[in-house]
Amino acid sequence: METPNLSYITSMSGGNLEFENKIITIIKEEFPTEKEEFFNNLNKYNFKLAAGNVHKLKHKISILGLEKSYGIAVAFENNLLEGNSDLSKEFESILNTITNYLKQL
Amino acid sequence: MNCIIIDDEATARAIISQLCANEKHLHVIQEFPNAIQAIKYLNQNEVDLIFLDIHMPDFTGFDFIETLKNPPKIILTTSDSNFAIQAFEYECIVDYLVKPVLQDRFNKAIEKAKSSFEPSKVVSNLNREETTLGNDLYVNIDRRLIKIDIPSIYLIEAKGDYILIKTEDKNYTVHSTLKKIEDKLPEHLFLKVHRSFVINTKKIIDIEDNSVLIKKDVIPVSRSNRPELMKRLNLL
Repeated sequence: METPNLSYITSMSGGNLEFENKIITIIKEEFPTEKEEFFNNLNKYNFKLAAGNVHKLKHKISILGLEKSYGIAVAFENNLLEGNSDLSKEFESILNTITNYLKQL
Repeated sequence: MNCIIIDDEATARAIISQLCANEKHLHVIQEFPNAIQAIKYLNQNEVDLIFLDIHMPDFTGFDFIETLKNPPKIILTTSDSNFAIQAFEYECIVDYLVKPVLQDRFNKAIEKAKSSFEPSKVVSNLNREETTLGNDLYVNIDRRLIKIDIPSIYLIEAKGDYILIKTEDKNYTVHSTLKKIEDKLPEHLFLKVHRSFVINTKKIIDIEDNSVLIKKDVIPVSRSNRPELMKRLNLL
């Protein structure tokens, strides 16, 4: 499994720690809500709404440098739009990885 | 340039805002988590540029653009590259950024936005055979510069010293070369599929072996150009 990192955020900040902290704070606030919404929709078989949640989450996946996971998220979003939940376990694992990483920040 | 950011994701708004802060000519005057709030704002305020997310619940970026009578310049921001061709249909859209947006790519988009505000160079350059301005291509026919809407072009065929430009409404015969016009057309939309033919890939109806059907024209695809054509297709 890939490890999340802050390379993108630091490349954007140009050494501006205030910005780095701001982005991390926003991700920490936004991610759990988006994750919860995703699981709610998935558990209710609202696959189109769940696809919308994955769409938002995949931006954070890419921000945290998870390139392979991003590919899985793209495929999973397409699956949901087509009405099936294949790759849900893999996607859940990515979300867990990010959750654990954000706790350490 | 005064700009606003419309994106339902706070992280995305913060990143675009930071990218803008790194560019001295850009002033972010408002951020909106949805298009409805932005429409209300734009009813009473003018802006030069909008950073607009396409994928928003209830009201998409394209829905938003449709509501604006005189839209300002817009740079789309999205996690999907699949909308690029649709984006080209809107004259107000100057660029299309795929998230996560990098500073260099962002800077290029801003340069495009800036140049879109510059006055046309068409009038001062009447001797050229053709010139482009946004979505338009001007061609010289009988000493008149005639405007052609680029997205309406579906086929260009080389005919000796001339080229035949076929559009949705009309065909134009212009004294020019395929190479010259190819240089004036957006790369993501047009492709040379044969030494005598450039096609608008968005207008393809079907592809069979070594030919492509565009409108009612069956166009040959040369072996060397076929791989690039296949690469452009959203194949299932």
